[in-house]
Amino acid sequence: MNCEQYMIRQISLFSENKPGRLAALAKACQEENVNILAFSIAEADGFGVIRVLVDKPDVAFSRLTALGFNVAFTHVIAVLMRDEPGGLFEIASKLSDAGINIDYSYAFSGKNKAILILRVDKVEEAIKLLLSHSFTLIATDSIQ
Amino acid sequence: MFWDEAIETIKPAELRILQEKRLRETITRCMKVGFYQEMFRREGINPSDIRTLDDLKKIPFTRKSDLREGYPFGFMAVPLQEVVRIHTTSGTTGKPTVVGYTKGDIENWSGLIARNLTMIGLTNQDVFQNMVNMGMFTGGLGFHYGSEKAGITTLPAGTGNTKRQIEMIHDFGVTAIHCTPSYGLHLAEAATEMKMDLSSLRIGIFGAEPWSEKTRNELQKKLGVEAFDSYGMSELYGPGVAFECPEHKGLHIWHDSYLVEIIDPVSGKTLGPGERGELVVTPLVKEAMPLLRYRTGDITMIMEDACPCGRGPKLARFTGRSDDMLVIRGINVFPSQIEHVLLAIPEVGNHYMVYVDRINHMDEMTIEVEVSRDNFHGELADLKKVQNKVIKSLRDVLELRTTVHLVEPGTLPRFEGKAKRVVDRRGAD
Repeated sequence: MNCEQYMIRQISLFSENKPGRLAALAKACQEENVNILAFSIAEADGFGVIRVLVDKPDVAFSRLTALGFNVAFTHVIAVLMRDEPGGLFEIASKLSDAGINIDYSYAFSGKNKAILILRVDKVEEAIKLLLSHSFTLIATDSIQ
Repeated sequence: MFWDEAIETIKPAELRILQEKRLRETITRCMKVGFYQEMFRREGINPSDIRTLDDLKKIPFTRKSDLREGYPFGFMAVPLQEVVRIHTTSGTTGKPTVVGYTKGDIENWSGLIARNLTMIGLTNQDVFQNMVNMGMFTGGLGFHYGSEKAGITTLPAGTGNTKRQIEMIHDFGVTAIHCTPSYGLHLAEAATEMKMDLSSLRIGIFGAEPWSEKTRNELQKKLGVEAFDSYGMSELYGPGVAFECPEHKGLHIWHDSYLVEIIDPVSGKTLGPGERGELVVTPLVKEAMPLLRYRTGDITMIMEDACPCGRGPKLARFTGRSDDMLVIRGINVFPSQIEHVLLAIPEVGNHYMVYVDRINHMDEMTIEVEVSRDNFHGELADLKKVQNKVIKSLRDVLELRTTVHLVEPGTLPRFEGKAKRVVDRRGAD
């Protein structure tokens, strides 16, 4: 099975924790007509990593790099989640039963669906496992 | 009070004769040191050319970097059998500067400390708690030997365990303490928290880092002591080189043992009394490690006014360094040490900034360093590891806890010519 179609390229951006950094990132995306599908900010001691899912990752990557940002691609997976009590549990418990660790995760719930974005230690195993339990994974080409 | 009244109040004409005699003896000792043999040969100086104080200017300066190149024993003028003690001081690139002492040196040095302690009014009625590092640092054993020599009841307390320090002051009726000014303030606050009475204290000696008049007021008020400034450096024996007398207007330097010059640190030109510049010292009684025109890097001036106490010309309180050495909580730090640490860590760039602040009376050093563009893989945990690695490497090399901020590549200032990477904000107090 080709797992790669489900490996979504997330843009991870190193940022100092100071005013204006998210605005600078957002401005660059706007100017390149890049749409941000989801993002989260992880914060440590005075710095952080901004994680962004966008529709045109290569465009965003080269523009942000040109602006001097420290940027890297990270593979994440996106799972369609039931937007009701127990929806997160059934995904998290499947991964946990298989001994797959979630490094970090963020989620959003829209009008008629919720999506869970996962960064796990064993990406291919996680993809196979979730597909085998009939979860719907978002394919890269459907958004990027 | 005098320890040695005759020498402490010696008349200028007599002093000059003594200094010139001791200068000639020092030249003789220096001629046993390869570095000085080579210097005299290179400069075409014959040792017998140096007879008077005016001849001194024929001799080039000696710098700390020269001492470093002599590591470990290159500057010893006596065989190691005659060296009874070795101390070291932190260096710029990991190698410390080594200083050696003969039996005579230990006698001379303790004698100078005994002069200082007697000058500020300590006697065998006093109990003295010495709260600095008692190891390779000269401040510990230097004061210990001098204090014992003066007959003072001496407690080699060393550093750390503030609670125990406070208990000793209280239980033993300690009357005098020696520590860094920042530790003095820390001690006062800890005693207040413990509700311990330190009223037996009457004298505090503070050294190893510069401190302001505001800090003096605070130390005096909070500890109930009369605060005295102490100056010295390992290359000139250690502490005891210059000391405040009860007038508290400048520091007496012992002119029979140290020949003093003040120079413009850039041109090397000699400056007169009342002109601020770098202190250059030729020690006159050092046996194991004699030095000629040693550049201390410390900024002061010779004071014009005579002191009512009857001792010789004083140095003004020190106001900084002519090089980029920092003294953080009593520990010497050179920015180049920080640079070496960062160069060895590929995950960070080699641009950096150092900020020094005084927070709750303690020196705090913050280092900003750029994350290296090529070593970023997008994970927060990796960055945290890099930050901890930098903190640990700095602690191993500097023996200091620091705060490290990771910043984005390309955001720190770039310098042309001499970099100004150090911002010392302690003067603000």
